[in-house]
Amino acid sequence: MASTATFGGRVSDAFWRKPRLLLALLLVPPVLWLGIVYLGSLFALLAQSFFSIDEFSGLINYDFTLKTYGELFRPSNFDILLRTVAMAGAVTLAAAIVAFPIAYYAARYANGRWKVIFYLGVMLPLWSSYLVKVYSWKLILAKEGILNWLFETLHLSWVLQAYLSVPGIGGYSLSVSWTGTFLVFLYVWLPFMILPVQAALERVPSSMLEASGDLGAQPGQTLRYVILPLALPGIIAGSIFTFSLTLGDYIIPQIVGTSARMIGQAVYQFQGTAGNIPLAAAFAVVPILVMGIYLTIARRMGAFDAL
Amino acid sequence: MASAVKFEATSRFFGDTRAVDDVTLEIEEGEFFAMLGPSGSGKTTCLRLIAGFERPSQGRVHIFGQDATNTPPYRRPVNTVFQDYALFPHLNVQDNVAYGLMIARVPKAERHHAADEALDLVALGGFSKRKPSELSGGQRQRVALARALVNKPKVLLLDEPLGALDLKLREQMQGELKSLQRQLGITFVFVTHDQGEALSMADRVAVFNNGKVQQVDSPLVLYDSPKTPFVADFVGSSNVLPVEMVQRLIGVAKLASLRPENIRLAEDGLVGTVESQAFLGAATRLEVAVDGARISVLLPKGAELPNDGSEVHLAWDADALNLLEATNG
Repeated sequence: MASTATFGGRVSDAFWRKPRLLLALLLVPPVLWLGIVYLGSLFALLAQSFFSIDEFSGLINYDFTLKTYGELFRPSNFDILLRTVAMAGAVTLAAAIVAFPIAYYAARYANGRWKVIFYLGVMLPLWSSYLVKVYSWKLILAKEGILNWLFETLHLSWVLQAYLSVPGIGGYSLSVSWTGTFLVFLYVWLPFMILPVQAALERVPSSMLEASGDLGAQPGQTLRYVILPLALPGIIAGSIFTFSLTLGDYIIPQIVGTSARMIGQAVYQFQGTAGNIPLAAAFAVVPILVMGIYLTIARRMGAFDAL
Repeated sequence: MASAVKFEATSRFFGDTRAVDDVTLEIEEGEFFAMLGPSGSGKTTCLRLIAGFERPSQGRVHIFGQDATNTPPYRRPVNTVFQDYALFPHLNVQDNVAYGLMIARVPKAERHHAADEALDLVALGGFSKRKPSELSGGQRQRVALARALVNKPKVLLLDEPLGALDLKLREQMQGELKSLQRQLGITFVFVTHDQGEALSMADRVAVFNNGKVQQVDSPLVLYDSPKTPFVADFVGSSNVLPVEMVQRLIGVAKLASLRPENIRLAEDGLVGTVESQAFLGAATRLEVAVDGARISVLLPKGAELPNDGSEVHLAWDADALNLLEATNG
């Protein structure tokens, strides 16, 4: 056998003889990045949550304490937590309901050109700037915006006014109401729900649906006993995105919605203007805990059994 | 005897493709009926028309005397064993088998009991709590069978159920399916591309080609008296003798089929040249060139074998030559 002793050839030979060497070379940089830069700074932040701030001097006291976590339970702070978790839950639920039929259509019926249109339709909003999308929505939802105009043209302004007068979810206009915040969250995170649900449905062979019908199940029963259980891992995967992204976001509620803050805004303000880094860190721990609890419950309910 | 399934001039088109083309067919109650044909011949579409997964483009489908043309699958008294088994991956074996009963609102204890009985029937007792992913191909196939049978269907449809199994297991399952059908007395409709499978199991076989039924007969009649060149070739790969040769031999201007094993080497007869031979175990197959046509001859083991290139005389009993209808394809 003639030896092709080029440098590339010899490197390839060396890797072939020691496959682990290649694996190590490939893995070390990302592991360092993830381990030190990413997780390291996260843990540094979390460590801050066990410190406290001296109320008179404004300096950080580096003794271990749970006092900062106690602060979270002050009514004004606890409201922020409840509000954010409720919003994340509502957005996730709505995203699942809106995404399912779209994903189902794409997985079962669309092929060729329609599949391309589906992917473009879902992905295109992800390619444009997040800020542009949020400001667009502010215009759509504003008092002078297209939605108001539409309701007026249809002589249905009274419906919108009646809705906006509901305390809690209403407001002067949609763009300064909780409903507005909710709508923008729903729009911005929807692709993150559609894609995993579609991927899960794509893996369900049509013979399985036929088998269900063959065994006497009407389409509604097939949906309940076969399709939904098999789509559940996808819905859970999507909800991890929608839920955690909503929990941590601080820009959308700043631009569209009321003055009541969400966790992300609280973190932003406490670490910035207020200089209370321990409290900001404690706030940042909450979404991590909530996600942990959420995934544990999902696992207990068998959401990952079909994986 | 009432017919279990009846096709009346039934067609199913997919765009320009005539998957099932004007099929009229009656399957009798309690028989083991095979639909045999190459892939794309329309046999599976016919099965799906019985199950209700497809609707006929023309014609009607009757099940036990009732017009089922517009009946959805979930209202038909038939159950299917799918080619890929289509077991529900999120349910254990017992819940898979009990699925139909669960839909029919049979109480839990009762349906689990029935499921376990059905699993005993297919020799899978004790596998109730396993997941389908923990079973072998043969075991999944049995679960699919139990899942269909537990609903006591009037007709059981089987779509190439043995296709994915290895040879040994396939032969074993052929015997088991046959005895199961005898034991239960249910009408079995079985789709296969394997002529050996169809011949060994079925009471009657319908041979499909290009969406049309070529012939419906018992395996013996199908083998001995094929009606068309396609059937002669597809079922047991007969020689099809060209019209001129038959004209010369017996004075009839028709195609004829002749089984390789019915031909013997003799002192005189049809003259040909041995082109090649292949040892098959119990027999040896000679390919003999005769007047530009090629005739296969199957010689039993122990017979004297001619050399390649040598001249031989072929002879057969008069009734071995089977005249075919002129239609081809």
